Amino acid sequence: MSRDLVIKDLHISVQEKPIIKGLNLTVKQGEIHALMGPNGSGKSTLANGLMGHPLYDVDSGEVIFNGTDILELEPNERAKLGLFLAFQYPTAIPGVSLANFLRLAVSAVRTKETNGSGDDGLIPMREFRRELREKMKQLGIDDSFARRYLNDGFSGGEKKRAEILQLAMLEPQIAILDETDSGLDIDAIRVVGESVSQLIGPELGVLIITHYPRLLDYIRPQFVHILLDGTIVESGGWELAQMLEAEGYDPIREKHGVVEA
Amino acid sequence: MANSETNTIEELGINKEYEYGFHDDVKPTFKSRKGLDEEVINQMCDIKGEPDWMREYRLNAYRIFKQKPMTKWGGDLSQLDFDDIYYYVKASDRSERSWDDVPDDIKKTFDRLGIPEAERKFLAGVGAQYDSEVVYHNIVEELDKIGVVFLDTDTALKEHPDLVKKYFGTIIPSADNQFAALNSAVWSGGSFVYVPPGVKVEYPLQAYFRINSENMGQFERTLIIADEGSQVHYVEGCTAPTYSSESLHSAVVEIVCMKGSRVRYTTIQNWANNVYNLVTKRAFAYEDAQMEWVDGNLGSKLTMKYPSVYMMEPGARGDILSIAFASKGQHQDAGAKVYHCAPHTTSQITSKSISKDGGRSSYRGWVDVAKGAKGCKSHVVCDALILDKDSRSDTYPVIEIGENDTNIEHEARVSKIGEEQLFYLMSRGLSEEEASTMIINGFIEPLVKELPMEYAVEMNRLIQLQMEGSVG
Ligand SMILES: Nc1ncnc2c1ncn2[C@@H]1O[C@H](COP(=O)(O)OP(=O)(O)OP(=O)(O)O)[C@@H](O)[C@H]1O
Ligand SMILES: [Mg+2]
Repeated sequence: MSRDLVIKDLHISVQEKPIIKGLNLTVKQGEIHALMGPNGSGKSTLANGLMGHPLYDVDSGEVIFNGTDILELEPNERAKLGLFLAFQYPTAIPGVSLANFLRLAVSAVRTKETNGSGDDGLIPMREFRRELREKMKQLGIDDSFARRYLNDGFSGGEKKRAEILQLAMLEPQIAILDETDSGLDIDAIRVVGESVSQLIGPELGVLIITHYPRLLDYIRPQFVHILLDGTIVESGGWELAQMLEAEGYDPIREKHGVVEA
Repeated sequence: MANSETNTIEELGINKEYEYGFHDDVKPTFKSRKGLDEEVINQMCDIKGEPDWMREYRLNAYRIFKQKPMTKWGGDLSQLDFDDIYYYVKASDRSERSWDDVPDDIKKTFDRLGIPEAERKFLAGVGAQYDSEVVYHNIVEELDKIGVVFLDTDTALKEHPDLVKKYFGTIIPSADNQFAALNSAVWSGGSFVYVPPGVKVEYPLQAYFRINSENMGQFERTLIIADEGSQVHYVEGCTAPTYSSESLHSAVVEIVCMKGSRVRYTTIQNWANNVYNLVTKRAFAYEDAQMEWVDGNLGSKLTMKYPSVYMMEPGARGDILSIAFASKGQHQDAGAKVYHCAPHTTSQITSKSISKDGGRSSYRGWVDVAKGAKGCKSHVVCDALILDKDSRSDTYPVIEIGENDTNIEHEARVSKIGEEQLFYLMSRGLSEEEASTMIINGFIEPLVKELPMEYAVEMNRLIQLQMEGSVG
């Protein structure tokens, strides 16, 4: 079955204000797409809307994932279908340890065949611990983070790494990374970039939202899209990202007659 | 959960109803008639074979009780009918030291509640009270040998009359409040603990309180004396069947923490939702002594309970941690009181409450610093979590300061379960119910991690039961 994410003429508004205005995009399993666009153009709105955030209202359009229209589904059902969002601003959950949370999450989203869960529906503790420790090591996350409260008091960079750790543990088919590189130091960008590119394969498609080409040096996208005022105005290859880096958004704004907000 | 990562909420059992709501058909060996007068009290004294001073004490307290007007503050007590209560129900003739000797039908109840099993696992001693009388009491031999006393209070009155007489009612006098007066008049059962100087009791002593009869009043009386430099942790749990009419639980707990001692008193109250739970708990802490109350209130119709610590001498410390969970039809009026009667004393109050499905929780606190009590510190934190718009949370803090040289901080926060938090967890595959349960367990985690492991597990499980079916 195709695990592609197909977005058709999508309109999303926030507090009655239209933000995404007729967006079309298809991300296939195994493909890497980059989505770029100026601040406030609607990138995070798209990401949140796709994941089912209650504050983001989908006014019209279709989002087909895994063969079903997911717009009526709860966020957890979308996650179970294999959709993942690494947040631009991850939320802290005080009192809940990263490990306890992740064990429940992994047990919830991985399919029965792959999580080997016991009668309690949970992935066995030892197996989980081993896997968690291994993946934390890969991402350069200290062991002590397993016991720390989820995102609570994490530095900006630590939060972003924890998001990628969750991506690695949850094994989705389509992942959206919303500015995972912002707030990371140069070494951390490399670690995250390399980890994500290791995860990428025929099983995983990604939509990377970013402002900087640095992350894309590690995860080279096949497709680059430019979002301007709620719609994708240009799609192309790597050269589009390079052009942006050199010239900024002005030429594109001009071309599409969009005034700066 | 800090105690063990292995116990996530998912692993713990699932049961939708109030699971302790069953009742067993145990024929009492004696049951007083409904209502209270001097004759009923005299009857109790006769059956118990009490000394004259206690009879006088009770009768005096009864006269005080009769004069006191109905308590008007706190919760709604207008439905509480003192004439419709059985004040003394004796289910068994003796308090047994061997589990095998406990009458079978009563044993069955406690087996269902998992009490003897708990004892084998992790406790230094166990007491079990069924309606008015303690039916089982045991302490490990080693502690018995070095002079630790852990008895039901009736037996203690017989075996250690001087010790009981010396302290009984000195921390909480009969006239303290309406319910202390009532308890002093009709008290029965409860635990008596004495820890000799320098003795540190490593494992908790546990008492289990069960109301089985309908319209029952349970009035246990607990007295703990921690002698100089000693240490003890006492834990109590409470349940009752769900009847159509109300029961009353009105305990008095008095604690003496002598110089350098350390006492921790932990309660997990999970009464059925038609029990009035009106309890007076107070400790006196002397030089460098430390008293900690850890108080979890999940059940009952109305709870009014404000554990207090009087810091009597320099260096004394009082810590009070409380969690209240108020669900449909419940009012948890809980809080804490600290009295800094001596210089250089320290207190910390941490209160966490959760209100849902129209439940109401209130924090009622009192911080008092006496004139001349220089260099005292008090820190109060109240966090309230409200799960829906029908539910309610209030705080009623009072701070009385008679001394300038003090440092008092009070923080209060009211929060709703954040939409962002719910969305974050749900985007990782958790259902709404799992997500909110996880957020709530996280909210109370700072307190739960102070509980003995088994109680921490129990606490999280009870929260999960409260949450089940409540979302969506
Ligand atoms: N939760 C929200 N509440 C109010 N307004 C919002 C919310 N989310 C987005 N918006 C508004 O929608 C518009 C698009 O915001 P969005 O976060 O999607 O931009 P973005 O492209 O991700 O920008 P950036 O590059 O700065 O992250 C902005 O005007 C923003 O203020
Ligand atoms: Mg954004």
